[in-house]
Amino acid sequence: MLYFENIHKTFNKNTVNEKMVINDLSLHLKKGEFVTVIGGNGAGKSTMLNLIAGVYPPDRGRIILDGESMTNLPEYKRAKHLGRVFQDPMMGTAANMEIQENLAMAYRRGKHRGLRWGITKEEKILYVDKLKNLNLGLEDRMSSKVGLLSGGQRQALTLLMATLSQPKILLLDEHTAALDPKTADRVMDLTQKIVTSNNLTTLMITHNMKQAIMYGNRLIMMYEGKIIFDVKGEEKSKLQVADLLQKFESISRGGFANDRMILS
Amino acid sequence: MEILLSIYGAAAQGLTWTIFALGVYITFRILKYSDLTCEGSFALGGAVSAVFVVKLGGNPYLSLILALISGMVAGMITGFLHTKLKIAAILSGILTMSGLYSINLRIMGQPNTSLVANNTMVSLIKDKLPSAAELGIRDSVIQTSIIMVLGLVFSLIAVAFLYWFFGTEIGSCIRATGNNDAMVRAQGVNTDWTKIMGLSISNGFIALSGALVTQTQGYADVGMGRGAIVIGLASIVIGEVIFLKAKNFALKMLGVLVGSVIYRIIVALVLRLGFDTSDMRLLTAIVVAIALSIPIIKKKNPFVRKEGHR
Repeated sequence: MLYFENIHKTFNKNTVNEKMVINDLSLHLKKGEFVTVIGGNGAGKSTMLNLIAGVYPPDRGRIILDGESMTNLPEYKRAKHLGRVFQDPMMGTAANMEIQENLAMAYRRGKHRGLRWGITKEEKILYVDKLKNLNLGLEDRMSSKVGLLSGGQRQALTLLMATLSQPKILLLDEHTAALDPKTADRVMDLTQKIVTSNNLTTLMITHNMKQAIMYGNRLIMMYEGKIIFDVKGEEKSKLQVADLLQKFESISRGGFANDRMILS
Repeated sequence: MEILLSIYGAAAQGLTWTIFALGVYITFRILKYSDLTCEGSFALGGAVSAVFVVKLGGNPYLSLILALISGMVAGMITGFLHTKLKIAAILSGILTMSGLYSINLRIMGQPNTSLVANNTMVSLIKDKLPSAAELGIRDSVIQTSIIMVLGLVFSLIAVAFLYWFFGTEIGSCIRATGNNDAMVRAQGVNTDWTKIMGLSISNGFIALSGALVTQTQGYADVGMGRGAIVIGLASIVIGEVIFLKAKNFALKMLGVLVGSVIYRIIVALVLRLGFDTSDMRLLTAIVVAIALSIPIIKKKNPFVRKEGHR
Protein backbone atom coordinates (compact mmCIF):
# COMPACT_ATOMS: atom_id res chain seq x y z
CA MET A 1 0.00 0.00 0.00
CA LEU A 2 2.88 2.42 0.73
CA TYR A 3 5.67 2.70 -1.80
CA PHE A 4 8.69 4.67 -0.74
CA GLU A 5 10.86 4.68 -3.85
CA ASN A 6 14.49 5.70 -4.27
CA ILE A 7 14.23 8.49 -1.76
CA HIS A 8 17.17 10.84 -1.22
CA LYS A 9 17.37 13.50 1.45
CA THR A 10 20.28 15.76 2.32
CA PHE A 11 20.08 18.42 5.00
CA ASN A 12 21.93 21.76 4.78
CA LYS A 13 22.85 21.21 1.17
CA ASN A 14 25.89 23.14 -0.10
CA THR A 15 27.02 24.18 3.35
CA VAL A 16 29.75 22.87 5.62
CA ASN A 17 27.06 21.09 7.62
CA GLU A 18 25.80 19.15 4.62
CA LYS A 19 24.58 15.75 5.75
CA MET A 20 23.09 13.03 3.60
CA VAL A 21 20.50 11.39 5.81
CA ILE A 22 18.51 9.23 3.43
CA ASN A 23 20.44 7.58 0.63
CA ASP A 24 18.43 5.93 -2.13
CA LEU A 25 16.03 4.30 0.30
CA SER A 26 13.20 2.12 -0.94
CA LEU A 27 10.57 0.49 1.21
CA HIS A 28 7.29 -1.20 0.43
CA LEU A 29 4.70 -1.67 3.16
CA LYS A 30 1.85 -4.14 2.79
CA LYS A 31 -1.52 -3.61 4.39
CA GLY A 32 -1.62 -4.82 7.98
CA GLU A 33 2.15 -4.99 8.40
CA PHE A 34 3.51 -3.90 11.78
CA VAL A 35 7.10 -2.93 11.09
CA THR A 36 9.62 -2.15 13.78
CA VAL A 37 12.54 0.05 12.75
CA ILE A 38 15.92 0.02 14.50
CA GLY A 39 19.24 1.71 13.81
CA GLY A 40 21.84 3.90 15.46
CA ASN A 41 21.71 7.65 15.92
CA GLY A 42 21.68 9.44 12.60
CA ALA A 43 20.69 6.32 10.68
CA GLY A 44 17.77 8.24 9.19
CA LYS A 45 14.88 6.53 11.01
CA SER A 46 13.09 9.68 12.10
CA THR A 47 13.84 11.39 8.80
CA MET A 48 12.15 8.50 7.01
CA LEU A 49 9.04 8.91 9.14
CA ASN A 50 9.05 12.67 8.68
CA LEU A 51 9.34 12.20 4.90
CA ILE A 52 6.31 9.93 4.95
CA ALA A 53 4.43 12.46 7.09
CA GLY A 54 5.47 15.32 4.82
CA VAL A 55 7.29 17.43 7.39
CA TYR A 56 9.72 18.12 4.54
CA PRO A 57 9.82 16.95 0.91
CA PRO A 58 12.40 14.45 -0.41
CA ASP A 59 15.18 15.69 -2.72
CA ARG A 60 14.50 12.83 -5.11
CA GLY A 61 12.24 9.82 -5.27
CA ARG A 62 8.54 9.10 -4.97
CA ILE A 63 6.14 8.37 -2.12
CA ILE A 64 2.92 6.63 -3.15
CA LEU A 65 0.10 5.65 -0.81
CA ASP A 66 -2.70 3.46 -2.15
CA GLY A 67 -1.91 4.54 -5.70
CA GLU A 68 -1.99 8.23 -4.81
CA SER A 69 1.25 10.21 -5.10
CA MET A 70 2.06 11.99 -1.87
CA THR A 71 5.54 13.13 -2.81
CA ASN A 72 4.77 16.84 -2.88
CA LEU A 73 1.61 16.91 -0.79
CA PRO A 74 1.93 19.26 2.20
CA GLU A 75 1.93 17.80 5.69
CA TYR A 76 -1.61 18.83 6.61
CA LYS A 77 -3.07 17.23 3.49
CA ARG A 78 -1.42 13.89 4.13
CA ALA A 79 -2.53 13.93 7.73
CA LYS A 80 -5.92 12.42 6.96
CA HIS A 81 -4.19 9.15 6.03
CA LEU A 82 -1.69 9.16 8.87
CA GLY A 83 -1.75 8.77 12.62
CA ARG A 84 1.37 10.00 14.37
CA VAL A 85 2.82 9.70 17.85
CA PHE A 86 6.06 11.53 18.57
CA GLN A 87 8.90 10.81 20.97
CA ASP A 88 8.22 13.95 23.00
CA PRO A 89 4.93 13.59 24.92
CA MET A 90 4.45 17.36 24.54
CA MET A 91 4.40 17.16 20.75
CA GLY A 92 1.20 15.26 20.11
CA THR A 93 -1.31 17.25 22.13
CA ALA A 94 -2.33 20.86 22.80
CA ALA A 95 -1.48 21.39 26.48
CA ASN A 96 -3.80 24.33 27.18
CA MET A 97 -6.82 22.58 25.77
CA GLU A 98 -9.11 20.02 27.37
CA ILE A 99 -8.78 16.27 26.84
CA GLN A 100 -12.09 16.22 25.00
CA GLU A 101 -11.10 19.20 22.86
CA ASN A 102 -7.92 17.43 21.82
CA LEU A 103 -9.90 14.32 20.94
CA ALA A 104 -12.40 16.42 18.99
CA MET A 105 -9.54 17.87 16.92
CA ALA A 106 -8.29 14.37 16.16
CA TYR A 107 -11.80 13.11 15.41
CA ARG A 108 -12.06 15.69 12.63
CA ARG A 109 -8.79 14.74 10.96
CA GLY A 110 -9.39 14.51 7.22
CA LYS A 111 -12.91 15.91 7.55
CA HIS A 112 -14.17 19.35 6.62
CA ARG A 113 -14.03 21.84 9.45
CA GLY A 114 -16.55 24.64 9.53
CA LEU A 115 -18.41 26.87 11.92
CA ARG A 116 -20.25 24.07 13.69
CA TRP A 117 -19.62 23.74 17.40
CA GLY A 118 -16.22 22.15 17.99
CA ILE A 119 -17.52 19.16 19.94
CA THR A 120 -20.91 17.41 20.04
CA LYS A 121 -22.73 15.46 22.74
CA GLU A 122 -22.62 12.19 20.79
CA GLU A 123 -18.86 12.52 20.41
CA LYS A 124 -18.39 12.95 24.13
CA ILE A 125 -20.09 9.60 24.73
CA LEU A 126 -17.75 8.01 22.20
CA TYR A 127 -14.70 9.59 23.84
CA VAL A 128 -15.68 8.38 27.31
CA ASP A 129 -15.97 4.90 25.87
CA LYS A 130 -12.59 5.09 24.14
CA LEU A 131 -10.86 6.58 27.19
CA LYS A 132 -12.19 3.77 29.36
CA ASN A 133 -10.26 1.32 27.19
CA LEU A 134 -7.04 3.06 28.21
CA ASN A 135 -7.63 2.15 31.86
CA LEU A 136 -6.08 5.40 33.06
CA GLY A 137 -9.18 6.96 34.55
CA LEU A 138 -9.09 9.74 31.96
CA GLU A 139 -12.79 9.25 31.19
CA ASP A 140 -13.59 11.11 34.42
CA ARG A 141 -11.32 14.02 33.48
CA MET A 142 -12.66 14.88 30.04
CA SER A 143 -12.57 18.61 30.68
CA SER A 144 -9.14 18.67 32.36
CA LYS A 145 -6.37 20.47 30.52
CA VAL A 146 -3.98 18.04 28.84
CA GLY A 147 -1.04 19.92 30.35
CA LEU A 148 -1.99 18.45 33.73
CA LEU A 149 -1.43 14.86 32.55
CA SER A 150 1.74 12.85 33.04
CA GLY A 151 3.97 11.96 30.09
CA GLY A 152 2.60 8.43 29.93
CA GLN A 153 -0.99 9.61 30.04
CA ARG A 154 -0.26 12.10 27.30
CA GLN A 155 1.32 9.44 25.09
CA ALA A 156 -1.66 7.14 25.65
CA LEU A 157 -3.97 9.99 24.73
CA THR A 158 -1.90 10.84 21.64
CA LEU A 159 -2.06 7.21 20.60
CA LEU A 160 -5.83 7.26 20.96
CA MET A 161 -5.99 10.50 18.97
CA ALA A 162 -3.79 9.06 16.22
CA THR A 163 -6.12 6.11 15.77
CA LEU A 164 -9.50 7.76 16.49
CA SER A 165 -10.31 8.12 12.82
CA GLN A 166 -8.76 5.00 11.29
CA PRO A 167 -5.45 6.03 9.65
CA LYS A 168 -4.01 4.15 6.67
CA ILE A 169 -0.63 4.14 8.39
CA LEU A 170 0.30 4.64 12.02
CA LEU A 171 3.70 6.27 12.51
CA LEU A 172 5.32 5.83 15.92
CA ASP A 173 8.60 7.66 16.49
CA GLU A 174 10.18 6.15 19.64
CA HIS A 175 6.94 6.96 21.38
CA THR A 176 7.91 5.21 24.61
CA ALA A 177 11.51 6.44 24.79
CA ALA A 178 10.81 9.40 27.06
CA LEU A 179 8.80 7.36 29.58
CA ASP A 180 9.92 5.42 32.64
CA PRO A 181 10.19 1.64 32.03
CA LYS A 182 6.91 0.72 33.69
CA THR A 183 4.90 3.38 31.89
CA ALA A 184 6.69 2.54 28.65
CA ASP A 185 5.52 -1.07 28.99
CA ARG A 186 1.96 0.02 29.57
CA VAL A 187 1.95 2.32 26.56
CA MET A 188 3.52 -0.45 24.48
CA ASP A 189 0.82 -2.94 25.55
CA LEU A 190 -1.77 -0.39 24.62
CA THR A 191 -0.11 0.14 21.24
CA GLN A 192 -0.21 -3.60 20.56
CA LYS A 193 -3.88 -3.74 21.55
CA ILE A 194 -4.89 -0.82 19.35
CA VAL A 195 -2.83 -1.96 16.36
CA THR A 196 -4.20 -5.50 16.40
CA SER A 197 -7.81 -4.60 17.07
CA ASN A 198 -7.86 -2.09 14.20
CA ASN A 199 -5.51 -4.12 12.00
CA LEU A 200 -3.39 -1.01 11.44
CA THR A 201 -0.42 -0.80 9.13
CA THR A 202 2.25 0.47 11.48
CA LEU A 203 5.78 1.78 11.30
CA MET A 204 7.39 1.95 14.73
CA ILE A 205 10.85 3.30 15.45
CA THR A 206 12.45 2.00 18.60
CA HIS A 207 15.92 1.96 20.07
CA ASN A 208 15.00 -1.01 22.20
CA MET A 209 16.01 -4.20 20.39
CA LYS A 210 13.95 -6.44 22.60
CA GLN A 211 10.91 -4.36 21.81
CA ALA A 212 11.74 -4.48 18.10
CA ILE A 213 11.83 -8.27 18.21
CA MET A 214 8.87 -8.76 20.52
CA TYR A 215 6.40 -6.60 18.62
CA GLY A 216 5.31 -6.53 15.01
CA ASN A 217 5.64 -8.94 12.15
CA ARG A 218 8.49 -7.30 10.26
CA LEU A 219 11.75 -5.70 11.33
CA ILE A 220 14.03 -3.39 9.42
CA MET A 221 17.42 -2.12 10.44
CA MET A 222 18.78 1.13 9.07
CA TYR A 223 22.32 2.36 8.71
CA GLU A 224 23.52 5.57 7.05
CA GLY A 225 20.23 6.24 5.35
CA LYS A 226 19.70 2.78 3.94
CA ILE A 227 17.89 -0.37 4.95
CA ILE A 228 20.55 -2.96 5.68
CA PHE A 229 18.41 -5.74 7.13
CA ASP A 230 14.79 -6.65 6.51
CA VAL A 231 13.14 -9.72 8.03
CA LYS A 232 9.55 -10.76 8.43
CA GLY A 233 7.32 -13.58 9.56
CA GLU A 234 8.87 -16.69 10.99
CA GLU A 235 12.41 -15.58 10.40
CA LYS A 236 11.74 -12.48 12.51
CA SER A 237 10.13 -14.40 15.35
CA LYS A 238 13.30 -16.48 15.68
CA LEU A 239 15.54 -13.43 16.00
CA GLN A 240 17.58 -12.88 19.14
CA VAL A 241 19.07 -9.62 20.40
CA ALA A 242 22.51 -11.19 19.91
CA ASP A 243 21.77 -11.73 16.22
CA LEU A 244 20.90 -8.10 15.76
CA LEU A 245 24.00 -6.94 17.60
CA GLN A 246 26.16 -9.14 15.47
CA LYS A 247 24.52 -7.82 12.36
CA PHE A 248 25.27 -4.28 13.47
CA GLU A 249 28.85 -5.10 14.31
CA SER A 250 29.54 -6.66 10.95
CA ILE A 251 28.11 -3.78 9.00
CA SER A 252 29.47 -0.89 10.98
CA ARG A 253 32.78 -2.63 11.71
CA GLY A 254 32.51 -2.04 15.41
CA GLY A 255 31.31 1.51 15.05
CA PHE A 256 28.25 0.75 17.12
CA ALA A 257 30.14 -0.14 20.23
CA ASN A 258 29.50 3.28 21.70
CA ASP A 259 26.04 3.67 20.35
CA ARG A 260 23.14 3.72 22.73
CA MET A 261 21.66 0.74 20.87
CA ILE A 262 24.02 -1.49 22.74
CA LEU A 263 22.43 -0.47 26.02
CA SER A 264 19.15 -2.11 25.20
CA MET B 1 -17.69 65.67 42.07
CA GLU B 2 -14.96 66.50 39.57
CA ILE B 3 -13.09 63.32 40.40
CA LEU B 4 -16.21 61.19 39.96
CA LEU B 5 -16.83 62.76 36.59
CA SER B 6 -13.31 62.04 35.47
CA ILE B 7 -13.61 58.42 36.61
CA TYR B 8 -16.92 58.17 34.78
CA GLY B 9 -15.32 59.52 31.62
CA ALA B 10 -12.35 57.20 32.00
CA ALA B 11 -14.59 54.16 32.35
CA ALA B 12 -16.46 55.09 29.19
CA GLN B 13 -13.16 55.52 27.35
CA GLY B 14 -12.02 52.12 28.64
CA LEU B 15 -15.12 50.49 27.17
CA THR B 16 -14.41 51.92 23.72
CA TRP B 17 -10.90 50.45 23.97
CA THR B 18 -12.07 47.02 25.14
CA ILE B 19 -12.44 45.65 21.62
CA PHE B 20 -8.88 46.78 20.92
CA ALA B 21 -7.66 44.85 23.97
CA LEU B 22 -9.68 41.81 22.87
CA GLY B 23 -7.97 41.99 19.49
CA VAL B 24 -4.56 42.04 21.16
CA TYR B 25 -5.72 39.15 23.38
CA ILE B 26 -6.44 37.04 20.29
CA THR B 27 -2.92 37.38 18.92
CA PHE B 28 -0.96 37.68 22.14
CA ARG B 29 -2.68 35.08 24.31
CA ILE B 30 -4.47 32.75 21.89
CA LEU B 31 -2.14 32.68 18.88
CA LYS B 32 0.98 33.43 20.99
CA TYR B 33 2.00 35.93 18.34
CA SER B 34 3.31 39.38 19.24
CA ASP B 35 1.55 41.34 16.55
CA LEU B 36 2.53 44.97 16.10
CA THR B 37 0.16 45.43 13.16
CA CYS B 38 -2.38 46.61 15.74
CA GLU B 39 -0.76 50.03 16.05
CA GLY B 40 -1.38 50.65 12.34
CA SER B 41 -4.73 48.91 12.05
CA PHE B 42 -6.15 50.86 14.99
CA ALA B 43 -5.42 54.14 13.22
CA LEU B 44 -6.60 52.58 9.95
CA GLY B 45 -10.00 51.89 11.47
CA GLY B 46 -10.15 55.44 12.75
CA ALA B 47 -9.12 56.93 9.42
CA VAL B 48 -11.57 54.84 7.40
CA SER B 49 -14.43 55.69 9.74
CA ALA B 50 -13.66 59.42 9.81
CA VAL B 51 -13.20 59.79 6.07
CA PHE B 52 -16.34 57.77 5.31
CA VAL B 53 -18.36 60.12 7.48
CA VAL B 54 -16.67 63.45 6.68
CA LYS B 55 -15.75 63.18 3.01
CA LEU B 56 -18.38 60.71 1.77
CA GLY B 57 -21.18 61.74 4.10
CA GLY B 58 -21.73 58.13 5.14
CA ASN B 59 -23.57 56.77 8.14
CA PRO B 60 -21.28 56.59 11.21
CA TYR B 61 -22.57 53.11 12.12
CA LEU B 62 -21.96 51.82 8.61
CA SER B 63 -18.39 53.12 8.88
CA LEU B 64 -17.71 50.53 11.59
CA ILE B 65 -18.25 47.71 9.12
CA LEU B 66 -15.84 49.30 6.65
CA ALA B 67 -13.28 49.74 9.42
CA LEU B 68 -13.69 46.09 10.44
CA ILE B 69 -13.09 44.90 6.88
CA SER B 70 -10.07 47.18 6.37
CA GLY B 71 -8.51 45.87 9.59
CA MET B 72 -9.11 42.27 8.55
CA VAL B 73 -7.26 42.92 5.29
CA ALA B 74 -4.35 44.45 7.21
CA GLY B 75 -4.19 41.36 9.44
CA MET B 76 -4.23 39.10 6.41
CA ILE B 77 -1.24 40.96 4.96
CA THR B 78 0.76 40.42 8.15
CA GLY B 79 -0.29 36.76 8.12
CA PHE B 80 0.76 36.41 4.51
CA LEU B 81 4.17 37.98 5.18
CA HIS B 82 4.73 35.64 8.12
CA THR B 83 3.40 32.31 6.85
CA LYS B 84 3.96 32.39 3.11
CA LEU B 85 7.05 34.61 2.91
CA LYS B 86 8.50 33.27 6.20
CA ILE B 87 9.25 36.70 7.66
CA ALA B 88 9.66 36.65 11.45
CA ALA B 89 6.44 37.23 13.39
CA ILE B 90 7.37 40.53 14.97
CA LEU B 91 8.92 41.92 11.79
CA SER B 92 5.84 41.02 9.70
CA GLY B 93 3.76 43.13 12.05
CA ILE B 94 6.21 46.00 11.99
CA LEU B 95 6.28 46.01 8.19
CA THR B 96 2.50 46.18 7.92
CA MET B 97 2.29 48.77 10.69
CA SER B 98 4.89 50.91 8.97
CA GLY B 99 3.16 50.63 5.61
CA LEU B 100 -0.19 51.46 7.15
CA TYR B 101 1.17 54.79 8.40
CA SER B 102 1.52 55.99 4.80
CA ILE B 103 -1.79 54.42 3.83
CA ASN B 104 -3.59 56.15 6.69
CA LEU B 105 -2.13 59.50 5.62
CA ARG B 106 -3.30 58.80 2.06
CA ILE B 107 -6.79 57.90 3.23
CA MET B 108 -7.20 61.08 5.25
CA GLY B 109 -5.04 63.31 3.03
CA GLN B 110 -3.83 64.99 6.22
CA PRO B 111 -2.53 63.84 9.62
CA ASN B 112 -5.93 64.09 11.30
CA THR B 113 -9.61 64.42 10.51
CA SER B 114 -12.12 66.11 12.77
CA LEU B 115 -15.74 65.01 12.98
CA VAL B 116 -16.89 68.16 14.76
CA ALA B 117 -19.17 69.43 12.01
CA ASN B 118 -20.53 66.00 11.17
CA ASN B 119 -22.81 63.35 12.52
CA THR B 120 -21.08 60.85 14.77
CA MET B 121 -22.40 57.72 16.45
CA VAL B 122 -22.75 59.79 19.61
CA SER B 123 -24.44 62.82 18.05
CA LEU B 124 -27.03 60.66 16.25
CA ILE B 125 -28.19 59.27 19.59
CA LYS B 126 -27.90 62.58 21.37
CA ASP B 127 -30.22 64.25 18.86
CA LYS B 128 -32.95 61.81 19.79
CA LEU B 129 -32.63 62.51 23.51
CA PRO B 130 -33.99 65.56 25.31
CA SER B 131 -31.42 68.32 25.74
CA ALA B 132 -29.17 68.64 28.77
CA ALA B 133 -31.03 71.70 29.98
CA GLU B 134 -34.33 69.80 29.98
CA LEU B 135 -32.81 66.94 31.96
CA GLY B 136 -31.07 69.32 34.26
CA ILE B 137 -27.62 67.73 33.93
CA ARG B 138 -24.41 68.76 32.30
CA ASP B 139 -24.05 68.24 28.56
CA SER B 140 -20.81 66.33 29.06
CA VAL B 141 -22.59 63.81 31.30
CA ILE B 142 -25.03 62.93 28.56
CA GLN B 143 -22.16 62.68 26.10
CA THR B 144 -20.21 60.35 28.40
CA SER B 145 -23.26 58.22 29.19
CA ILE B 146 -23.92 57.63 25.49
CA ILE B 147 -20.29 56.65 24.97
CA MET B 148 -20.53 54.31 27.93
CA VAL B 149 -23.61 52.54 26.60
CA LEU B 150 -22.17 52.30 23.08
CA GLY B 151 -18.88 50.94 24.41
CA LEU B 152 -20.60 48.40 26.62
CA VAL B 153 -22.97 47.18 23.90
CA PHE B 154 -20.20 46.76 21.34
CA SER B 155 -17.85 45.12 23.84
CA LEU B 156 -20.45 42.60 24.94
CA ILE B 157 -21.31 41.78 21.33
CA ALA B 158 -17.59 41.27 20.70
CA VAL B 159 -17.22 38.99 23.73
CA ALA B 160 -20.26 36.95 22.68
CA PHE B 161 -18.96 36.64 19.13
CA LEU B 162 -15.49 35.52 20.24
CA TYR B 163 -16.94 33.03 22.72
CA TRP B 164 -18.96 31.48 19.94
CA PHE B 165 -16.22 31.63 17.33
CA PHE B 166 -13.47 30.06 19.43
CA GLY B 167 -15.83 27.23 20.33
CA THR B 168 -16.40 26.25 16.69
CA GLU B 169 -14.33 23.72 14.77
CA ILE B 170 -12.30 26.43 13.03
CA GLY B 171 -11.93 28.44 16.24
CA SER B 172 -10.64 25.37 18.08
CA CYS B 173 -8.00 24.90 15.40
CA ILE B 174 -6.86 28.52 15.83
CA ARG B 175 -6.62 28.05 19.60
CA ALA B 176 -4.65 24.83 19.15
CA THR B 177 -2.30 26.54 16.68
CA GLY B 178 -1.15 28.90 19.42
CA ASN B 179 -0.58 25.89 21.63
CA ASN B 180 1.21 23.44 19.39
CA ASP B 181 1.17 24.01 15.67
CA ALA B 182 2.93 20.73 14.82
CA MET B 183 0.04 18.89 16.46
CA VAL B 184 -2.50 20.90 14.49
CA ARG B 185 -0.80 20.02 11.19
CA ALA B 186 -0.72 16.37 12.24
CA GLN B 187 -4.50 16.63 12.64
CA GLY B 188 -4.81 17.74 9.04
CA VAL B 189 -5.16 21.50 9.46
CA ASN B 190 -3.25 24.05 7.42
CA THR B 191 -1.65 26.16 10.15
CA ASP B 192 -0.69 28.93 7.73
CA TRP B 193 -4.37 29.42 7.22
CA THR B 194 -5.30 29.35 10.91
CA LYS B 195 -2.61 31.94 11.66
CA ILE B 196 -3.80 34.23 8.86
CA MET B 197 -7.37 33.82 10.10
CA GLY B 198 -6.46 34.65 13.69
CA LEU B 199 -4.47 37.72 12.67
CA SER B 200 -7.26 38.85 10.40
CA ILE B 201 -9.96 38.63 13.08
CA SER B 202 -7.68 40.26 15.63
CA ASN B 203 -6.91 43.24 13.41
CA GLY B 204 -10.52 43.50 12.26
CA PHE B 205 -11.50 43.94 15.90
CA ILE B 206 -8.68 46.42 16.48
CA ALA B 207 -9.74 48.56 13.51
CA LEU B 208 -13.34 48.38 14.72
CA SER B 209 -12.17 49.70 18.06
CA GLY B 210 -10.23 52.45 16.26
CA ALA B 211 -13.44 53.49 14.52
CA LEU B 212 -15.38 53.39 17.79
CA VAL B 213 -12.76 55.54 19.52
CA THR B 214 -12.74 57.98 16.60
CA GLN B 215 -16.52 58.27 16.65
CA THR B 216 -16.64 58.88 20.39
CA GLN B 217 -13.69 61.25 20.71
CA GLY B 218 -14.66 63.16 17.59
CA TYR B 219 -11.49 62.89 15.52
CA ALA B 220 -9.07 60.45 13.91
CA ASP B 221 -5.32 60.94 14.11
CA VAL B 222 -2.63 59.13 12.16
CA GLY B 223 -0.69 58.66 15.40
CA MET B 224 -3.61 57.40 17.50
CA GLY B 225 -2.29 53.83 17.48
CA ARG B 226 1.22 54.70 18.60
CA GLY B 227 2.09 52.76 21.73
CA ALA B 228 -1.38 51.27 21.78
CA ILE B 229 -0.14 47.69 22.10
CA VAL B 230 1.20 48.49 25.55
CA ILE B 231 -2.22 49.78 26.60
CA GLY B 232 -3.80 46.59 25.24
CA LEU B 233 -1.32 44.43 27.13
CA ALA B 234 -1.87 46.42 30.32
CA SER B 235 -5.62 45.85 30.03
CA ILE B 236 -5.09 42.13 29.52
CA VAL B 237 -2.68 41.83 32.43
CA ILE B 238 -4.90 43.81 34.82
CA GLY B 239 -7.88 41.69 33.77
CA GLU B 240 -5.93 38.50 34.40
CA VAL B 241 -4.92 39.60 37.87
CA ILE B 242 -8.52 40.40 38.80
CA PHE B 243 -9.99 37.28 37.18
CA LEU B 244 -7.14 35.13 38.40
CA LYS B 245 -9.21 31.99 38.87
CA ALA B 246 -11.25 32.34 35.70
CA LYS B 247 -11.20 29.12 33.68
CA ASN B 248 -14.16 29.89 31.47
CA PHE B 249 -13.21 31.61 28.22
CA ALA B 250 -16.08 34.10 28.41
CA LEU B 251 -14.97 35.11 31.90
CA LYS B 252 -11.41 35.61 30.70
CA MET B 253 -12.66 37.96 28.01
CA LEU B 254 -14.83 39.82 30.50
CA GLY B 255 -11.61 40.14 32.48
CA VAL B 256 -10.11 41.98 29.50
CA LEU B 257 -13.13 44.29 29.48
CA VAL B 258 -12.78 45.02 33.19
CA GLY B 259 -9.01 45.41 32.77
CA SER B 260 -9.47 47.96 30.02
CA VAL B 261 -11.85 50.01 32.18
CA ILE B 262 -9.65 49.81 35.26
CA TYR B 263 -6.59 50.80 33.25
CA ARG B 264 -8.31 54.01 32.15
CA ILE B 265 -9.48 54.77 35.69
CA ILE B 266 -5.95 54.27 37.02
CA VAL B 267 -4.63 56.62 34.33
CA ALA B 268 -7.24 59.25 35.21
CA LEU B 269 -6.34 59.03 38.90
CA VAL B 270 -2.60 59.11 38.27
CA LEU B 271 -3.03 62.21 36.12
CA ARG B 272 -4.90 63.86 38.98
CA LEU B 273 -1.90 63.19 41.18
CA GLY B 274 -0.02 65.61 38.99
CA PHE B 275 1.72 63.33 36.52
CA ASP B 276 2.05 64.58 32.99
CA THR B 277 0.11 62.82 30.20
CA SER B 278 3.38 62.22 28.43
CA ASP B 279 4.65 60.13 31.37
CA MET B 280 1.80 57.64 31.07
CA ARG B 281 3.41 55.51 28.35
CA LEU B 282 6.48 54.97 30.51
CA LEU B 283 4.43 54.09 33.59
CA THR B 284 2.27 51.70 31.57
CA ALA B 285 5.31 50.06 30.00
CA ILE B 286 6.89 49.54 33.42
CA VAL B 287 3.69 48.05 34.86
CA VAL B 288 3.31 45.67 31.90
CA ALA B 289 6.99 44.65 32.05
CA ILE B 290 6.67 43.81 35.74
CA ALA B 291 3.38 41.97 35.29
CA LEU B 292 4.73 39.87 32.40
CA SER B 293 7.86 38.93 34.31
CA ILE B 294 6.00 37.69 37.40
CA PRO B 295 6.09 34.02 36.26
CA ILE B 296 9.88 34.19 35.82
CA ILE B 297 10.44 36.02 39.10
CA LYS B 298 8.35 33.38 40.88
CA LYS B 299 10.42 30.59 39.32
CA LYS B 300 13.74 32.10 40.39
CA ASN B 301 12.63 32.71 43.95
CA PRO B 302 14.93 30.51 46.07
CA PHE B 303 12.28 30.06 48.77
CA VAL B 304 9.79 28.70 46.31
CA ARG B 305 12.36 26.21 45.05
CA LYS B 306 13.10 24.88 48.51
CA GLU B 307 9.48 23.90 48.88
CA GLY B 308 10.01 21.42 46.10
CA HIS B 309 8.58 23.33 43.19
CA ARG B 310 10.45 23.67 39.98
